[in-house]
Amino acid sequence: MAYTEEELKKELETKEYEYGFYTDIESDTLPKGLNEDIVIAISKKKEEPDWMTQWRLEAFRAWQEMKEPEWANVKYKKPDFQDISYYSAPNKKPKYNSLDEVDPELLDTFKKLGISVDEQKKLAGVAVDIVMDSVSVATTFKKTLAEKGIIFCSISEAIQEHPELVKKYIGTVVPKKDNFYAALNSAVFSDGSFCYIPKGVRCPMELSTYFRINQAGTGQFERTLVIAEEGSYVSYLEGCTAPMRDENQLHAAVVELIALDNAEIKYSTVQNWFPGNKEGKGGVYNFVTKRGLCEKNAKISWTQVETGSAVTWKYPSCILKGDHSIGEFYSIAVTNNYQQADTGTKMIHLGKNTRSTIISKGISAGHSQNSYRGLVQVNSRAENARNFSQCDSLLMGNECGAHTFPYIEVKNKTAQIEHEATTSKIGEDQIFYCNQRGIDTEKAIALIVNGFSKEVLNKLPMEFAVEAQKLLEISLEGSVG
Amino acid sequence: MLKIKNLHASIDDKKILKGINLEVNAGEVHAIMGPNGSGKSTLASVIAGKEEFEIKKGSISMEGEDLEELAPEERAHKGIFLSFQYPVEIPGVSVTNFIKTAINESRKARGMEDMPANEMLKLIREKSQMLDIDRKFLSRSLNEGFSGGEKKRNEIFQMAVMEPKLAILDETDSGLDIDALRIVADGVNKLRSKDKAIIVITHYQRLLEYIVPDYVHVLHDGKIVKSGTKELALELEEKGYDWLKQEAAV
Ligand SMILES: Nc1ncnc2c1ncn2[C@@H]1O[C@H](COP(=O)(O)OP(=O)(O)O)[C@@H](O)[C@H]1O
Ligand SMILES: [Mg+2]
Repeated sequence: MAYTEEELKKELETKEYEYGFYTDIESDTLPKGLNEDIVIAISKKKEEPDWMTQWRLEAFRAWQEMKEPEWANVKYKKPDFQDISYYSAPNKKPKYNSLDEVDPELLDTFKKLGISVDEQKKLAGVAVDIVMDSVSVATTFKKTLAEKGIIFCSISEAIQEHPELVKKYIGTVVPKKDNFYAALNSAVFSDGSFCYIPKGVRCPMELSTYFRINQAGTGQFERTLVIAEEGSYVSYLEGCTAPMRDENQLHAAVVELIALDNAEIKYSTVQNWFPGNKEGKGGVYNFVTKRGLCEKNAKISWTQVETGSAVTWKYPSCILKGDHSIGEFYSIAVTNNYQQADTGTKMIHLGKNTRSTIISKGISAGHSQNSYRGLVQVNSRAENARNFSQCDSLLMGNECGAHTFPYIEVKNKTAQIEHEATTSKIGEDQIFYCNQRGIDTEKAIALIVNGFSKEVLNKLPMEFAVEAQKLLEISLEGSVG
Repeated sequence: MLKIKNLHASIDDKKILKGINLEVNAGEVHAIMGPNGSGKSTLASVIAGKEEFEIKKGSISMEGEDLEELAPEERAHKGIFLSFQYPVEIPGVSVTNFIKTAINESRKARGMEDMPANEMLKLIREKSQMLDIDRKFLSRSLNEGFSGGEKKRNEIFQMAVMEPKLAILDETDSGLDIDALRIVADGVNKLRSKDKAIIVITHYQRLLEYIVPDYVHVLHDGKIVKSGTKELALELEEKGYDWLKQEAAV
């Protein structure tokens, strides 16, 4: 019997969100609401030094004066910030030396996610710092890294053990008053990762963090700080998945990258948070501020595969401050059902001979809205700046939307800016062609979408690329029509 | 192998096929000729299972099994292959990746494991040599920026790799120069065997000098108006289609 699109849709509608389960782990959770006492309590729980507490309070006070941004092409019910609990930690136990000490239920969660620490340990060259709710519970490969002088730990640990580094760099790329969500994050961030690569060191493995939101009603506020000293190199992977949830979960992360002279940072993200159900109910709100600073001759590449979240607001950016520095942004954003994504990048050319590349692939299906928003800014002193931008949109069906908002501000005549944009649709003829070769419709769509996304997928580290490809397929299941 | 009985097919209530009868046995090569718009590609699409076309009357069966209930990919798994008149582009999907996916999906449908990589490599190498296709071509995006001739050669390459039971070649000769035509025809002839069948759709008899058919049918206005042996193709070449149209009108 011919498998019609209608039947395909039906079947997939009942498919539960792959990782939509909930782990019942005893948690240490602060009461809902946000005020100075809560900010202080978070800082206390983290046993932070006073300067950190004060920094948070300044951010909080600034945040109180700020308004939620409304310029993005997304519509959602504004979160009630007093109805969120800002801190939750799985179990009281602060650290684990071996897996045996870890809550078996937690290990079970990892298994369901397909990222058992066991497996990850075996995966050559990948050190995993898993963030379960807000506190890191497992860190591996630390020793190998330590031998090279590389620091890879939770931000809380860094605040205690490397306060001079944190103090020097935190908030230098994303100031605590940068925007509404960055200010909120600065006030209440409870965990995240810290990474420091010493001068001249090439990090021998991909550093990888798996994020996970777990506690009902807990917003997660990750803070990540990556510092690459002169002439160093690091590739950092970030991936996540979340349990099925009815209420909206707010997520407002801040990531700051600092690439000093001749350093290179590759930052790759696969984002798969619960996108809401097929009626658009529930799902994660993902309001992220990611920004990197390039000193002389430095390079920062952002690569992201965004398939999850109900609402995404995210613009990984590069400040090309040093002469000859390079910024890259490679992105695949998939929206299905009622998902909304407003994502893109900012490339700020300050130094001479700076170069940036933007490759953005948006895939929209269902009733979703997918917007690319990008700014290329060339300052007056940025002689010979070059930018190439390519924004491609792929549409599936007639009810979704793809939008492109490129902003170009050039204050130096020597700049060379190129912008290309295409919009295409998966055609019946393409699908029939594949069908005729024995490839069913679902597989055909996966093939076409992977082809469309190839330039970006190719930028991901191998093990991540495979995972990302699978994610694309899962996210678009049932979207034909 | 293939039995078509009194087939009527429409699209958006426009009648295109108006009572086709055709029987193709294993080992045979049939040519279908006819002027533009007579329904040749429609017939090929209907056999391959394109859902836009609605079968109003009649039946199509393959090895005794009614095809109407089968999805296009299931027909492909049964060994039906269509070389498209206008092959579509799939950006970012290499010829190799596409062929690999097609082979493995068909194997999966037959309960087989994926083809081992070295076997796949050998197969692709052998067939690409046969069709004089160079390696660079294999890494290009499927049909993207291909010349007309390259597209057709790629179709026949896929056919050679898939080794279908029933191959339908829709205007494979158009866009090919004489050398390419010879190479492609050789490739098709290699597929000829007593348990396989081929339907060659063309409106010139040129291709039929290289792929010599056992039977020739002339399609006009959705009906087969004349059938014969290979000499009929020559006769058509000489007289054009008009005399048949007149004959059909009588
Ligand atoms: N998708 C379609 N929609 C409407 N009419 C079609 C479609 N495909 C084919 N036709 C019509 O059907 C008739 C036969 O077309 P076709 O099968 O392509 O002929 P041939 O291959 O013999 O040139 C033509 O009149 C053509 O316009
Ligand atoms: Mg035709």
